[in-house]
Amino acid sequence: MYSLKLLSSVKLIIKSLRVVLISTVLGGLAIVTGVSAQELGWPEKEELKFGFIKLTDMAPLAVAYEKGYFEEEGLYVTLEAQANWKVLLDRVIDGQLDGAHMLAGQPLGATIGYGTKADIITAFSMDLNGNAITVSNDIWKEMKKHVPHEGGKPVHPISADSLKPVVDDFKSKGKPFKMGMVFPVSTHNYELRYWLAAGGIHPGFYAPHKGDTSGQIDADALLSVTPPPQMPSTMEAGTIHGYCVGEPWNQQAVFKGIGVPVVTDYEIWKNNPEKVFGVSKGWAEKYPNTHIRVVKAMIRAAMWLDEDNNANRPEAVKILAKSQYVGADYEVIANSMTGTFEYEKGDKRDVPDFNVFFRYNATYPFYSDAIWYLTQMRRWGQISEPKPDSWYKDIAKQVYRPDIYAQAAKALITEGKANAVDFPEFATETGFKPPQTEFIDKIVYDGSQPNAYLEKFAIGLKNDTKI
Amino acid sequence: MSKQQTVPMIFNHVRDMNWPTLNQFLTATALPIVGIVIFLGLWSLMAKNIDTSLGTFPGPKAVWQQAVVLVGEHNAQMDKADKFYDRQEQRNATRLAKDPDYKSKIRDFTGAPTFFEQIWTSLYTVMVGFIVASLLAIPLGILCGLSKNAYTAINPLIQLFKPVSPLAWLPLVTMVVSAVYVSSDPMFSKSFITSAVTVSLCCLWPTLINTAVGVSSIDKDLINVSKVLRLNGLSHVTKIVLPSSIPAIFTGLRLSLGIGWMVLIAAEMLAQNPGLGKFVWDEFQNGSSESLARIMVAVLTIGVIGFGLDRLMLALQRKFSWDKSAVLR
Repeated sequence: MYSLKLLSSVKLIIKSLRVVLISTVLGGLAIVTGVSAQELGWPEKEELKFGFIKLTDMAPLAVAYEKGYFEEEGLYVTLEAQANWKVLLDRVIDGQLDGAHMLAGQPLGATIGYGTKADIITAFSMDLNGNAITVSNDIWKEMKKHVPHEGGKPVHPISADSLKPVVDDFKSKGKPFKMGMVFPVSTHNYELRYWLAAGGIHPGFYAPHKGDTSGQIDADALLSVTPPPQMPSTMEAGTIHGYCVGEPWNQQAVFKGIGVPVVTDYEIWKNNPEKVFGVSKGWAEKYPNTHIRVVKAMIRAAMWLDEDNNANRPEAVKILAKSQYVGADYEVIANSMTGTFEYEKGDKRDVPDFNVFFRYNATYPFYSDAIWYLTQMRRWGQISEPKPDSWYKDIAKQVYRPDIYAQAAKALITEGKANAVDFPEFATETGFKPPQTEFIDKIVYDGSQPNAYLEKFAIGLKNDTKI
Repeated sequence: MSKQQTVPMIFNHVRDMNWPTLNQFLTATALPIVGIVIFLGLWSLMAKNIDTSLGTFPGPKAVWQQAVVLVGEHNAQMDKADKFYDRQEQRNATRLAKDPDYKSKIRDFTGAPTFFEQIWTSLYTVMVGFIVASLLAIPLGILCGLSKNAYTAINPLIQLFKPVSPLAWLPLVTMVVSAVYVSSDPMFSKSFITSAVTVSLCCLWPTLINTAVGVSSIDKDLINVSKVLRLNGLSHVTKIVLPSSIPAIFTGLRLSLGIGWMVLIAAEMLAQNPGLGKFVWDEFQNGSSESLARIMVAVLTIGVIGFGLDRLMLALQRKFSWDKSAVLR
């Protein structure tokens, strides 16, 4: 790389000479034609480095890079795969990364000081859905006996009711039943817990005020952290019996023949918010124009990904299959990215909304989405003290920044690169989705009443309960 | 001298030249080839029978194919880089037209580093780490060799730190580098410093120990010569100590460089620093059907480079060593 730099610096001298020449010519032209003043200022920082984890939902970043959307905003972005979510977050906090593909819980967790305390904000939600829960072949063999069948095929969604007898059996034999998730504040942790608890399996409480951050108090199923790309090999080694992770790591288990995905998060909570693009608050304040331009480029990438009913998905899969991005085989990534999902080997079903990048306002950072994650943090004890409803809203407003999103979207609309109808009505949007009913256990979620929502769960901490 | 005499003389001369016998020739070139062929045969036989969850283990053919693919990827990336610079130039020009105050510059290509760029990064890092370690270890070793007291004082520390694995150092080095090395426009990236420092910490010891041993076992006669000539300290070191301990120092340096290369790959893997180690780790994470073959390409490359570095040190040792008759291997 260094020799390259040397070479490029030689090129640089030649090129900057040419630049001066061209610019004098063009400069003359500009005076003649008169360029209209641009509304959005130039980016304060042009060379940026963004981190990501090898998951298909990093697609908006890869597409914005490969399709030149970042460059069109005058941004020179380097994308770099990170080892795990903790390294990624730490590097955003200490400034080695300008921003990153993050779990929705990470900016919230960092802001309230669960784990590393730091002010992280997000103005862009990267996708909806995209995760699934996979169990090993042995567990599936036992579980299948309790799953209702129709026409020789299991009826989906499969609830954790069918897993309960298996877990009880483990318990009676004194063996631990272990599952993997990707991070304590990850979507996957909450989804897996939601699914298990809905089937009467206790996933365990956290008690940070007592120094217990393992999340295994009173647990029937012991959950622990494994980085996404290592999930299949960890399950194959027998360290865990199942996991909840994003794609392509569930389809990878099907291809390798080591496990069976039993439920997608789309079935646990239809169109649930997933990854976000996080930056540190200090960074966002220092480089406001850069931030808006980054969001602009990513909105365009998300639009491209969902355009014409997913017509661009095969091309997107080709990009993701490159070794510097996700790097898994084309077929594995294509399985879920092109609107299908393979459960048991050969049982491929249509799930057109398995990965949503732009439809249904997927990119808009809704306050109610932030509050759902906060309620789950409270439900499982990561937030050890009861909090009033107003606290949930305050935190959501600190972390989720639809104001920045709106500026980016409006700029795109003015430039004719996007249509106003594809976005929420910015003047009237409250940031709270109407009560949502499509959860696997039929419990209704209303983001404006977090404490009342917590009361509805059979398993989990309530308003005033403490461990 | 008649013509009749010259011919046998030339003949004798040719005969007296040290031609390798047929036997020697066979031993020197044929045996390694036989070894390699047997290895390749065993490898492809075994590979077919090892079934991993990423497909069968790659045989020599699959590995060769991936090596070709990696070269192709490198060339494709270079093309992309050229286009990137062209686009950037135009963009700078357009912006200058609108915004004459703009200080335009050409930024480095933002694409992912290719396999060959990773090799270069690793080599560069290991050389920097190795040179820093040597600059510390050789003077310290000379000091230990010359003064028994200094040796007694430092020896426990050497013995304590010598067996420490690089992986144990790494978290500490990472945290210290992030805390200490702060600059808004750094000349080197943090990850580079971290890897280089880790390499230094681990390849300090063989050079240090060998230098100390070499210096302390200088022939008594030479030391007496120095005393008779009343050489001052500096001359004593440069004229007597260094020349006579060169073989020992180079033995240490060779060991150090070997260790440094091994350590670097592990450090890059664990700390996600750019380089060959990161390449291996990324491919492992990708888990595609080609990953194993690509990793195997990297493994062989690492081996070839390690071998090359060792030969380089050997050549240097031959050049600097005063005793040209000594057998070095």
